[in-house]
Amino acid sequence: MIEFEAPVIDWAVLMPVLVVLAAGVVGVLIEAFVPDRGRRPTQIVLTLAALVASLVSVVLLWGRVATEGYAFVVNGTFLLTPFTLGIQAVVAVLAILGVLVIADRTRTGEDAFAPTAAAVPGTTYEDAAREAGLQQTEVYPLVLFATGGMLLFPATDNLIVLFIALEVLSLPLYVLCATARRRRLLSQEAAFKYFLLGSFASAIMLFGIALVYGFAGTVSLEGALYVLTHPQSQVLELMPALVIAGVLLITVGLLFKIGAAPFHTWVPDVYQGAPTPITGFMAACVKAAAIGALVRVVFTLAAGLDEPLRRDLEVGLWAVAILTMLVGTVAAVVQTDIKRMLAYSSIAHGGFLAVAFVGFSETGAQAVLFYVLAYGLATLGAFAIVTLVREQDADGVVLGEATHLSQWAGLARRSPWLAAAFALFLLSMAGIPLTAGFIAKFGVFSAAVVAGAWPLAVLGVLASAVAVFFYVRLIVLMLLTRPAEDAQETEHPAGDGVAADGTGGPEAKEEAPAGEGATRTLAAARSTLSRASVVVVASRGPATVAIVLCAVGVVLLGVVPQVALDWAAQAATFRPLQP
Amino acid sequence: MTMQTLSLAPWLVATPLIGAALLLLVGRRSDRWGHWLGVLASTATFVIGLVILLDMLGADAEQRVGVHTAANWIDVGPLTVDLGFQVDPLSMTFVMLITFVGSLIHLYSVAYMSHDRDRRRFFAYLNLFVAAMLLLVLADSYLLLFVGWEGVGLASFLLIGFWDHHLPNAVAGKKAFIMNRVGDMGLIAAMMLMLATFGGVDFGTVLGTAGAADQGTTTAIGLLLLLAACGKSAQLPLQAWLGDAMAGPTPVSALIHAATMVTAGVYLLVRSGPLLEAAPDAQLVIAIVGALTLLFGAIVGCAKDDIKKALAASTMSQIGYMMLAAGLGPVGYAFAIFHLLTHGFFKAGLFLGAGSVMHAMDDDVNMRRFGGLARLLPVTAITMGLGWLAILGVPPFSGFYSKDKIIEAAFVGEGWRPWVFGIVALVGAGITAYYMSRLFFMTFMGRRRWATELAGGAGGGAEGDSTPVRHPHESPWLMTLPMIVLAVGSVGLGFALNAGDRFVHFLEPVTGHAEHHDPVLPIWLIITLTLTLVVVGAALAFVQYAVRSVPTTAPAAPAVVRAARVDLHQDDVNEAVVMLPGKVLTRSMVFADRTAVDAGWLGLAGGVGRLGTWLRGLQSGYVRQYAAMTLGGLGVIVLVIWLVSTMATS
Repeated sequence: MIEFEAPVIDWAVLMPVLVVLAAGVVGVLIEAFVPDRGRRPTQIVLTLAALVASLVSVVLLWGRVATEGYAFVVNGTFLLTPFTLGIQAVVAVLAILGVLVIADRTRTGEDAFAPTAAAVPGTTYEDAAREAGLQQTEVYPLVLFATGGMLLFPATDNLIVLFIALEVLSLPLYVLCATARRRRLLSQEAAFKYFLLGSFASAIMLFGIALVYGFAGTVSLEGALYVLTHPQSQVLELMPALVIAGVLLITVGLLFKIGAAPFHTWVPDVYQGAPTPITGFMAACVKAAAIGALVRVVFTLAAGLDEPLRRDLEVGLWAVAILTMLVGTVAAVVQTDIKRMLAYSSIAHGGFLAVAFVGFSETGAQAVLFYVLAYGLATLGAFAIVTLVREQDADGVVLGEATHLSQWAGLARRSPWLAAAFALFLLSMAGIPLTAGFIAKFGVFSAAVVAGAWPLAVLGVLASAVAVFFYVRLIVLMLLTRPAEDAQETEHPAGDGVAADGTGGPEAKEEAPAGEGATRTLAAARSTLSRASVVVVASRGPATVAIVLCAVGVVLLGVVPQVALDWAAQAATFRPLQP
Repeated sequence: MTMQTLSLAPWLVATPLIGAALLLLVGRRSDRWGHWLGVLASTATFVIGLVILLDMLGADAEQRVGVHTAANWIDVGPLTVDLGFQVDPLSMTFVMLITFVGSLIHLYSVAYMSHDRDRRRFFAYLNLFVAAMLLLVLADSYLLLFVGWEGVGLASFLLIGFWDHHLPNAVAGKKAFIMNRVGDMGLIAAMMLMLATFGGVDFGTVLGTAGAADQGTTTAIGLLLLLAACGKSAQLPLQAWLGDAMAGPTPVSALIHAATMVTAGVYLLVRSGPLLEAAPDAQLVIAIVGALTLLFGAIVGCAKDDIKKALAASTMSQIGYMMLAAGLGPVGYAFAIFHLLTHGFFKAGLFLGAGSVMHAMDDDVNMRRFGGLARLLPVTAITMGLGWLAILGVPPFSGFYSKDKIIEAAFVGEGWRPWVFGIVALVGAGITAYYMSRLFFMTFMGRRRWATELAGGAGGGAEGDSTPVRHPHESPWLMTLPMIVLAVGSVGLGFALNAGDRFVHFLEPVTGHAEHHDPVLPIWLIITLTLTLVVVGAALAFVQYAVRSVPTTAPAAPAVVRAARVDLHQDDVNEAVVMLPGKVLTRSMVFADRTAVDAGWLGLAGGVGRLGTWLRGLQSGYVRQYAAMTLGGLGVIVLVIWLVSTMATS
């Protein structure tokens, strides 16, 4: 009879994740027990409070972790390092801002989510739900669960826990993607695609974990490192293919979440279809969490590889970085839909982040930390603004978002501040000096140069130059172009007939699988939409707060980056662990 | 005893700068009192300067050099530049000249510009000019000096083109600015060389260690400084802008293009004295440039009928004297500054007088249409007459003491130099006497070549439009007062400062003590020769322009005079030598830009667009295809890794 030995758990170390997941559970209970009217405010307060508490606990844990180098629970199943805390802080901050955008109902009184996501689009049930003013407040617990997964993602030494974290963060997102209030077929299609491709990537990663277990006999990263570097170990001599395959497949699984090419195919469709606040949340937070996990896994395992295998891994990362920057920027140039454009821009940023990886150095990790923060702020802010620019039909009823680029013409005349903020976010993404993006890109490229990968840095700079084109084009469109007259808008951009409707060419093809009838309905809906005029709806407050905070952050990180850089440098000091 | 008031130095620059800023920022609301604010700022600066000067005079000679460091300006790596103010006899001489003459001209402008809608803006620019000029002379490093240098360039540009509603004025402003830029490049390049050679650009470092540097380097720096000085001081070959700069309002011509800004080049060279000592070849070039310009300006001055352009040519010529003196080494420095000071007074007086004449003659500048104005404009005539005698170098007027010293110094030396430079200076004095007398007699003496009422009614015959109608009257006291003060200076300043070589000794802490050398000719002979030539020149002019009648249109003349009328073809030369090649170069650059660079970029952009469209085609919307791409992409990456690793191992 084996005596059961209760593990000693240091609850304080778990706090950042625990408080969020617990709040998610409480949120589910609220759905059941709190009356209809009070549900939404309760959920928002709970969500924000949980995220703030998580951020606070990260800050409180900082001193301890920074001095000791790490803190863990149950043999590294949950492991905090300074870098993990850095990523968690970024995720928490971005999640708070994201929730603010999600919570904004604008002056139309409707949030971005379907009244009942379960209703089949176009049915009387859906109409009834809308007329009854139902709302899907389950969104908030879902966001909390996803955030909990993200916080756990970079905070483990155990590959199985890593996989669980991946699923915990992904599954709520799949659901959230399907809940858009408008263009529901597109939304559901996006969710389904995300789910299928995400499962595919999870399977790849799981296979990689199995291979690592195969050569290491453990699912612990530090354990695998120990096996690889042990003087008497012959793993590297006997089965190099197994080692590199395992590492590579885990890396691919994580790169999928980041949206790096050639694993990026889901990004444009999902970003476009998902409710815009969720898109912003997803783009900012998932990328930060996944890159954190990637640094954790790849940096640890790379330390155990011998020279040829290390080079193999680097070659793979080089290929991914180059391809991602190329695909992201080049494809973004030809987009006509603003959400798709931002999606491709997000892919390109994944490529810039991958540039910092080569060399597996502390400089690279520091650059990564700063980059995810800078990029996350700009992206969240940009998507928050997209939620406010709407179409309006002839009766003055506000419809969905005006996502075609031509509809953004002359936005600066309608609302100069919004256009200015959007221009700021775009400039930051383009990496123009005095914005956060410049410092971030500078850090990433100089990390590559330090690691001797100057071709990557050169390519990155070139890609940034191309990227400036589509960012600045949008700024010019907003600031200098006259808004098109309504009458002209019905028959605007000539050329390919498909591209003339509300969204770009490819999406029309994408909808083919959604069924003949649905496509026709959508096409009809589109034609009414394209006749609609563009209006900027006033925020009820939270989104404005988020946009202002993002803008302030972008400027501060660009003008006085030293504080954040020091913090990132402190967080990016790796120390060997002795588990 | 050290100077107590050193810390006041920054206020010399700040006061007029604040004045300019206020006038420009408050805008039209200050239209009614703005000009008085300008006068106040300028006068206050003068008072501050006076306080510092008196304090300096109370100090021992060796205590008169001080540097006040207000702040650290630039601190990047090995380069440290302070916001430091050099207060010594040389800079204070300039401070007094600038603020005193400047204040008088401010006062004069109150009346002169009273009908201008933009008088406030005019005063703002004048204050800006004073601030920049003071920064230029007070800076303790070449870099800070350069800030003032550019500042006066800017102020000059703004003021020449002040009446820019008239195209030629705007063009003149642009011309001045661009020609100055050529010189500025010299200063920039000189600073780069200094930084490379001495590791700093402050006077202490550069001038203190100049002797130890390689002579080739110091010669290069000296020549570059000369280029800068040529631009700002309108010396050959960058002289062409000064004549056109007369397009600005006359007070501007008096302040900037006669008394102060154009002397900045002389200041730069005298300040860089220790450096030039280490570069004898550069000194020789400076002297040659000065001598050539001296003659050039004098010859042009003889043929000009435009009163302001004749004065401008004279300025160019007189600064040529100063450059010549500066090129002679320590013997000449003090005299260069001495002449600069007296010239500042009498030339400003002459310009203000010219302004007064123009004021009386409805802004006409053609001297062939003047004549017989002495009785109508008595104050103007007397003050200008005193200035005229001063520039001629008639004893005991100011110019005699300063110019004569330069001529004497030019005769000092060995070999061919004293003979060439001395004779040029001597001949220059004679020509100066001729053209200045010509100007004076054409304006104030002789027959009236204008009418008080329209002759012969409406259809006044063939020459009905040839005799303009004028109603000359003396200018208001606000204009005549500065003229009188300047005339007093023209008379007495030279004598006062020359007594016991007072001024030369005053400058010695900066320019260094120069041993007295005897000229190759005895001094009494030089003085006699000079005065003889002056009298001959003046007499010639008297006969030609006061006794005989002056034709109202320029008569046919030999080729030399025709060339002098068009500034010895300076613009044609510039166009042929600089503008034409420049145009060809820019055209070919534009062509290359269009055909090669633009086409390349457009091609690249097109390529990106096509690639993007192709990528867009891949994004088909089918999940099965996406999954296949993910897997295929993974395969490609594995393939790449495999290829690279086989390449690396084989």
